[in-house]
Amino acid sequence: MSVRRRLSLSERLVIAAPYLWIGAFFLAPMLLIAKISVSQSVLARPPYRPIFEPSDSLAAIWAKAQTFSFDAYRALISDTLYLESYLSSLTIAAVSTLITLIIAYPFALAMARAPERLRPILIGLAAAPFWTSFLIRVYAWIALLKDEGLINNALMALGLISAPLQMFATPGAVVVGIVYSYLPFMLLPLYAALERQDPSLREAAADLGASPAQVFLRVTLPLSREGVIAGALLVFIPAVGEFVIPDLLGGSETLMIGRTLWNDFFSNHDWPAASAAAIALVALLLIPLLLWEWARVADEEDAR
Amino acid sequence: MNAAVLWARRATLFICFVFLYAPIVILAVMSFNASRLVSVWGGFSMKWYAALLENEQLLHSAKISLAAALTSATISTLLGLLAAISLTRFGRFRTRLLFFGAVHAPLVLPEVVLGLALLTCFVAFGVGRGFITLVIGHVTLTMCFTTVAILAALRDSDPALEEAAMDLGATPLGAFVRVALPQIAPAIVTAYLLAFTLSLDDLVIASFATGPGATTLPMRIYSQVRLGVSPQINAISTLLLALVGVALGLAALVSHWRARPDGQVVTSLARAPNSVS
Repeated sequence: MSVRRRLSLSERLVIAAPYLWIGAFFLAPMLLIAKISVSQSVLARPPYRPIFEPSDSLAAIWAKAQTFSFDAYRALISDTLYLESYLSSLTIAAVSTLITLIIAYPFALAMARAPERLRPILIGLAAAPFWTSFLIRVYAWIALLKDEGLINNALMALGLISAPLQMFATPGAVVVGIVYSYLPFMLLPLYAALERQDPSLREAAADLGASPAQVFLRVTLPLSREGVIAGALLVFIPAVGEFVIPDLLGGSETLMIGRTLWNDFFSNHDWPAASAAAIALVALLLIPLLLWEWARVADEEDAR
Repeated sequence: MNAAVLWARRATLFICFVFLYAPIVILAVMSFNASRLVSVWGGFSMKWYAALLENEQLLHSAKISLAAALTSATISTLLGLLAAISLTRFGRFRTRLLFFGAVHAPLVLPEVVLGLALLTCFVAFGVGRGFITLVIGHVTLTMCFTTVAILAALRDSDPALEEAAMDLGATPLGAFVRVALPQIAPAIVTAYLLAFTLSLDDLVIASFATGPGATTLPMRIYSQVRLGVSPQINAISTLLLALVGVALGLAALVSHWRARPDGQVVTSLARAPNSVS
């Protein structure tokens, strides 16, 4: 590894603008909510007691640090609303990720094995909904899933059911919404991984007597592992913190952490609680990312 | 090839594309339904579109959203370009890891968390919320996407070409502008479009970052949608979908036209008329 170097003046000028921007509008706000999460909640505006003043001496900062309140974090663990929200978010996100994978894999495979001439058109069509409004795509499902919606009407007209199924305002509706909205995120890495596989590997396996199922399980699937992991993370991580989908499709019964946070912040004005929940959520989402990064680094060292 | 496998593939593609497009198509059809009810077809009508034109609130919000998207995408693409240059051309400088992490973090950060942090910050420093804070929020949200898009292109472009230009007497800036920039121009356009659509579509960050007088279109749509399915919302949704559809169609046509073999011959002929003969 080379020695870390200092930047020249012209290089500093280039990096200054993006550095200052993320410092001021990303790092500083994140540090601020970390600070508020250990403040005491008060009925005022802003609704928390400030911890540090610019005029504080070092000793005063130390004295105040000892008054840090971890009440908000303690409440996170003891408050069943938060615990249930986290658990239900993780469950809904995991189930949605799995279903997205089950739908996306054959889809990506069929596109990757389509005639080469057609592939750009197919992948373009599959990715196009990603450019359209997320909110509108979630909204489109309301008309389909409602009790008097199109799916229930169609099923009743066909005589398959006699009374409308309760689909809207259930966790199942949230899963449908997530699968639908995040399908392109799973599809693109899977397609990329499947499309660049060398077909001669499959031919070699078949020549050596492998059945089509064995070729798939022992050649195609293992070689697409990176695409599966990348796609799963791209669906799972945003799905855990999702707000719009549970709010529009989930009804009041479906708890998800993004929504609980939003309500605590806007309706209950409990900023320390919301900040602590946000920090805990970030910590929770960092775990799968760090595991992934760790596995990737280990892989690279193996390859060396 | 096995005919059964071929048909299984075609069926898979068909079912998956129906799943992807049916909800959107149904929404568009419903916007022409004269009846208010989802389940009743009351005949073809354009009345919900006509009603849109008289909805001053909605039109005002559409203007705000458009202005915010144009401004924030411009700033975000510029900052993303500078960040991508820093990460690809400056080697292993001090605090590179912090910079790399902070630039990429919003990619995986739930929007609710970023919105909450920004609003808290604005309140703590007494910044009044409105159009400017909305743009700040959207630049912060989209900058990680523009950086990633441009970063990938800059990594692929060969630094030896820039070095060659500098050996021939170009300044580092001149070499970058005249050698690297044309190579990454498509990525810059993609980055801009990505930031533009993300900003136009965003509900969560806007709800935290904006103030009275700067209500965005997604916020208006959202407050209507919470009350249930509304024909006017179907109409404006269809217009937005059509806009994206036309833009994507044009982009596909342009790239198709540019990739045509005879098109390439024409441009290379125009560039180097002497090398052919």
